[in-house]
Amino acid sequence: MRDRVLYNLVLFVLIIIACAILLGDLTDGHEARTIVNIGLNAMLMFGAFIAIFVGVALVSKEIEKRTVFAIFAKPIGRGEFIVGKYLGLCLTLAVNVSVMGLGVSLALIYVGNTGLAGTIWPSILLIFFELTILTAVATLFSSFSSPALSALLTFFVFVIGHFSTSLRDLAALSSQSARYFFEAIYFVLPNLSHFTFVTNASHGDMPPASMLGGAILYAIVFDAILIAAAMIIFSRRNFK
Amino acid sequence: MNYIVEIENLTKDYEVGFWKKKKVRALDDLTLAVKPGQIFGFLGGNGAGKTTTIKILMTLLFPTSGTARILGSDISDVSMHRRIGYCPENPYFYDYLTATELMKYFGELLGLNSADRSRRASELLTKVGLDEKDWNKQLRKYSKGMLQRVGLAQALINEPEIVFFDEPMSGLDPIGRREIRELIIELRQKGTTVFMSTHILSDVEALCDEVAILRGGKLTATGRLDELLTRQGERQVYEVSLKNVSADQLPNGYSVRSIASGVIVEIDDESQIDNLLIEARKSGGHLISVQPVRQSLEELFVEPPTA
Repeated sequence: MRDRVLYNLVLFVLIIIACAILLGDLTDGHEARTIVNIGLNAMLMFGAFIAIFVGVALVSKEIEKRTVFAIFAKPIGRGEFIVGKYLGLCLTLAVNVSVMGLGVSLALIYVGNTGLAGTIWPSILLIFFELTILTAVATLFSSFSSPALSALLTFFVFVIGHFSTSLRDLAALSSQSARYFFEAIYFVLPNLSHFTFVTNASHGDMPPASMLGGAILYAIVFDAILIAAAMIIFSRRNFK
Repeated sequence: MNYIVEIENLTKDYEVGFWKKKKVRALDDLTLAVKPGQIFGFLGGNGAGKTTTIKILMTLLFPTSGTARILGSDISDVSMHRRIGYCPENPYFYDYLTATELMKYFGELLGLNSADRSRRASELLTKVGLDEKDWNKQLRKYSKGMLQRVGLAQALINEPEIVFFDEPMSGLDPIGRREIRELIIELRQKGTTVFMSTHILSDVEALCDEVAILRGGKLTATGRLDELLTRQGERQVYEVSLKNVSADQLPNGYSVRSIASGVIVEIDDESQIDNLLIEARKSGGHLISVQPVRQSLEELFVEPPTA
């Protein structure tokens, strides 16, 4: 929590939200929708930035700077370490997302749309759970790969994860071998479109309970699988 | 005899190269046992395998083959870590924590209660000679020597039964080295076993009860330091320093070397010392000192005994 980048990012998003208010004035009665669109998308982008870069650094920096040496001389298992790091960052993201969400809500109240200020929170919850998957991906990659490669791979997962449905459509139109390839990617990588609800939220819609529950369950299962894999890989790693 | 550390046939190969197909043997069939309550020196030059061994004991590295036990438990049993301490070589900790916070954090990981954590943190930071005004500075502002002191302090937060120090004097000034030497001696007096790797031979001579010497990953000698230094099967040599006497005033048959104040006579039989002194006094000479000459630790380090 003493990493200044976390505070800087939250501040930056709050500034963007303030800008969204000004921009909203130019949109002829669509201030609230503009604020939600810009605010929640900025929250997702900067949350993803934190999940990728801080998530990757969480493990790799400990190895690179040799802080793990003193930690593993204590009664701490490798698995506990990974789970602790992961949950710690998830908690940090929860605080950051809450602060940014509060900023968007206050901006909406400021422009007089108190209804949207409340209805955006299920979407914010979806963003948070999407970020937990991204953090788990970053943790998994950083358990065996270099920080730069881990960040790059996690970024690819983030991008591809948002186009998962398109991948499946592409598989249906492709040749037999290409179909297997695209379907394999579709099933292996997380489908992040389950967590996309920003545009609907800007219209005042709330995700149905089944969608919200399903997405949260999907995230928890995916997180558990990714973190278990990270634990297995990390528990076999040598620290030279 | 119950040993506090038991290492059996420990071997470690590092895989190197892009495809990791080439293997470099860092540790070769090391078998070693450490008795409790002593200061055990783990010696060897750079790349001898000292740090590799300690890292295997701390489960930071996995051995290619062989086993090791600490306090009767296999090294894979991390619960045993509640009873041990470890200060890595050139320790590095979380930048944004202060020394006090780090000590309390590690105390918490070891299951100490809040009061004990605070008490032990203050006691140990004082003991390692860290100025109280620096206790609440973030560790990123610390010098190498200050980090070394914090590293030594954190290794002792749980009052361990055995502590592993990897090059404990690294980065310390002469005063710091003296303070840490005193700390290590105090630990032995309290019954704590100290397992320290070093290549500073004066520290070894001043501190260690037993040593093991590694070279190229292989154990070349182990045992009590005094026994190793006095080569087995080799006669003891004595250097007798005399003043107010010259070489030609002494009877033939002695190995004599002239120095500014007189001579140094080298003899290999203790019973000859009395005869030599009688002869020297007849010529007006006086005894300055009689010194048993042992194979120096440096020689042992460079050319270990073959036994």
